[in-house]
Amino acid sequence: MTDLLTLTDLVVDIPHRRGTLRAIDGVSLSIARGEVLGLVGESGAGKSMIGNAVIGLLARPAHVAGGEIWLGDRRIDRLAPHQMRQLRGRRIGMIFQDPQTSLNPLMRIGDQLVETIRLHRPMPAAGARTEAIRLLDEVGIPAPEERMAYWPHQFSGGQRQRIVIALALAGEPELIIADEPTTALDVSVQAQIIRLLKRLCADRGVAVMLITHDMGVIAETADRVCVLYAGRVAETGPVTEVLSRPRHPYTVGLMDAIPSLDPARGEPGVATLRQIPGAMPSIAARPSGCAFHPRCASATPDCARVRPDPRPAGRSEVACPVCAPTHEDAAS
Amino acid sequence: MTRVTRALDSDLMYSFRRTPGAMIAAALSCALILGAVLAPVIAPHDPFDPSGLSILDNFLPPAWDAAGDPRFLLGTEDQGRDLLSAMLYGLRVSLAVGFASVIFALILGVTLGLIAGYAGGWADNLIMRAADIQMTFPAILIALLLAGIFRGTAAHGASGAGPLALLVFSIGLSFWVQYARTVRGSVLIEANREYVLAARLIGISAPAILIRHILPNVMGPVLVIATINLALAIIIEATLSFLGVGVPPGSPSLGTLIRVGNDYLFSGEWWITLFPGAVLGVLALSVNLFGDWLRDALNPRLG
Amino acid sequence: MISFLLSRAVQAIATMLMVTLIAFVLFRYVGDPVNQMVGIETSLADRAKLREDLGLNDPMPVQYARFLVRAARFDFGTSYQQKESVAVLIGARLPATLELSLISVVFAIAAGVPLGVLAGLHPRSLAARAFMALSLLGVSLPTFLIGILLIFVFSVHLGWLPSFGRGQTVQIGGWSTGLLTASGWRSIILPAITLGLFQMTLIMRLVRAEIMEVLRTDYIKFARARGLPDRIVHFGHALRNTLIPVITVTGLQIGSIIAFSIITETVFQWPGMGLLFLQAVQNADVPVMAAYLMLIAALFVTINLAVDLLYMAVDPRIRIGRAAA
Repeated sequence: MTDLLTLTDLVVDIPHRRGTLRAIDGVSLSIARGEVLGLVGESGAGKSMIGNAVIGLLARPAHVAGGEIWLGDRRIDRLAPHQMRQLRGRRIGMIFQDPQTSLNPLMRIGDQLVETIRLHRPMPAAGARTEAIRLLDEVGIPAPEERMAYWPHQFSGGQRQRIVIALALAGEPELIIADEPTTALDVSVQAQIIRLLKRLCADRGVAVMLITHDMGVIAETADRVCVLYAGRVAETGPVTEVLSRPRHPYTVGLMDAIPSLDPARGEPGVATLRQIPGAMPSIAARPSGCAFHPRCASATPDCARVRPDPRPAGRSEVACPVCAPTHEDAAS
Repeated sequence: MTRVTRALDSDLMYSFRRTPGAMIAAALSCALILGAVLAPVIAPHDPFDPSGLSILDNFLPPAWDAAGDPRFLLGTEDQGRDLLSAMLYGLRVSLAVGFASVIFALILGVTLGLIAGYAGGWADNLIMRAADIQMTFPAILIALLLAGIFRGTAAHGASGAGPLALLVFSIGLSFWVQYARTVRGSVLIEANREYVLAARLIGISAPAILIRHILPNVMGPVLVIATINLALAIIIEATLSFLGVGVPPGSPSLGTLIRVGNDYLFSGEWWITLFPGAVLGVLALSVNLFGDWLRDALNPRLG
Repeated sequence: MISFLLSRAVQAIATMLMVTLIAFVLFRYVGDPVNQMVGIETSLADRAKLREDLGLNDPMPVQYARFLVRAARFDFGTSYQQKESVAVLIGARLPATLELSLISVVFAIAAGVPLGVLAGLHPRSLAARAFMALSLLGVSLPTFLIGILLIFVFSVHLGWLPSFGRGQTVQIGGWSTGLLTASGWRSIILPAITLGLFQMTLIMRLVRAEIMEVLRTDYIKFARARGLPDRIVHFGHALRNTLIPVITVTGLQIGSIIAFSIITETVFQWPGMGLLFLQAVQNADVPVMAAYLMLIAALFVTINLAVDLLYMAVDPRIRIGRAAA
């Protein structure tokens, strides 16, 4: 069975007055039906841009300059605007980071829900209303029938994000792109929302592209994870494998940098905070060859010349010819 | 890179070079300003020299018209004065009053803004209340009112520097508020910064701190406001002069010329109104365009 | 919300007090009321007696209070110039100014909003750019110049429309209206456009800027991500969010229009309050100036307050506030 979403060598360019910036430099990934893929990376790595590119909402002047995007067996990166619009909401949905600004402040949430429902599933207004109430209940809004008449500002941040999820699922899409869905929420609420998203999508068999910089969210929610660095893929693989046995030096560094209360890691009796020296390069100044080589402890002279392709390693794919040894190998 | 090349390569200049409207506007403004400054040199006739005037020369149409006279390129007005010369000198008056008003408003507004922001308390309250009350009314109304008051109190038909100064005062007083509010806002931010606290600890007096430390940091937006206000000042002066309560008769501005010509619009001597009108329009338009562009170019959000 | 209203009300009162104080000072101390009333031959003793009778020697607060009381009863004294009651003079001219202002506002909104929407939705189109360029003219050219140009084209050259006066008016009770006659309408067109052009371009530019701003928001992006078609995104979502600031600005501009009518009335010899005021300024006719000032101030203050209330009524965020989560 073909994957639901396939990106092949996707390139996104941003023309700028001093030249063209290549924000996404040849990214390939795939999401199977019903699967949760975590797209992880630092700010500026390009995660959101990939999400925007897939749903066709790249902010001008950014545009897809190369590669292919396939939804099932249909290529979607070259569609006309009205054809793309028909996919949105119905086959691909997207939710954004800030629930404060995602809902139209001058429209009652009931109206916003009914409007979206009737757009994708034509039905009389009364039926849509019932469906909207059912959706609100499903996402955990108490007293949904009353709350239909409320305005967005009358809800808390967590509740608003629940409503956003309801709106995104109203069209019954096959894929949801969640762009940092919990970053703007209180820590106590984050877990609830992420679990809600996961449960609803699993119930409906909806695939999720979960874009985040939070490894904890990935660990809890994703089936597979794709690590982005400077607009390129560093490592892709099942969550269990990538998180416990990271191979790419960047991923290793990321996992190492997660503060741990476990005294077994690091020197005995001392809890150290490790970081990767240096900083991720801006897309305007990408190093030659492997983008990570200036910060990599295992870099060879070749790393500065040749850009590495992803190659299989275990059940993952890693874009690194050298491949740092895993923790188990070092400890034993 | 030297400072000049850095300035030329800056985002501001880049935006300028790419906006043909801004360049045309700047060019036109400069041309007009130059024309006004050089008026005594380039004007073909001296409109204030009674000996050169002949009432028989009045109402001559522009030179390209059959009844025109090549001596008077754009025709003559009701007193026999060369229109082109009168316009050049009128442009001079219009620009002088405009600039002077803006400078006055700037000094007044910035000073009050500095005081309000730095001193706080009742001074701040008083100044901001006054600003709020004044903002309820459009500038033209305030300028008109002040001009009227001065007419009532000062001698009628006086000429010379006195009435002009009062005019500048009236116009300037009608839009100091924008400067004050902007500067006050900036001062409130800057006054809490370390360099100000340090200066105070050393014992530098308040006025010195304000002028030498805080002021340079707040002048940016002030200059943008000044550019935009220049067009407003020019228009207010022209309007007041057109209504007959602006510049004294001895130093006619473009507005005065337009008013004089208005009386003869129907009898066919259209040039007396339309040429000064065209120059006034171009002046206001180009200054406005330039100010608009400047404000957009310096606005970080639109980048 | 109540505290907001209260502070605005206090500000309104403060403004009125300030204005009436200025008007009073004007009235009392600019020029000499007694000299205006009597001839040259009147003796000094008689003048002194007149001064006493008019209460001009009373302490200032008393005179001010008397002034306020009279103003509240619309008794503004007698015009120096025309020797008639100021209230009557203004009353006779009021309908002309108000009608002109009303038609101008209608024109400004009816033309400005659609053009602004067009320019905001398709900012790069030729039409939008042409309108924006023309709007610069509307904002830059002084009102009187626009009036003169319109007169030159439509009255002098084409002879289609009259260049002065109100045309034929009909008297309904105390109100003389020009809107019930054809000549009345023909007379009001040019002045209304002249007066309203500045406001129209202001509204157009505001609507355009607001729409472009709204179209950049997250909720519009989310609406598109849900597959909503452009038509609904633009007119169902973006437009309603644009209209609130437009209402506010337009409301505040109404006062401006009434003030600017001074200029338009001069150019078109429109027999309104503005022309009256200007003549008063030219002749130092202080009672008229003072009365006009107070009336205008009262109008401005009332309009501002009304706009604040309207704003509250329209924006649910202010109206309802935060309910329990």
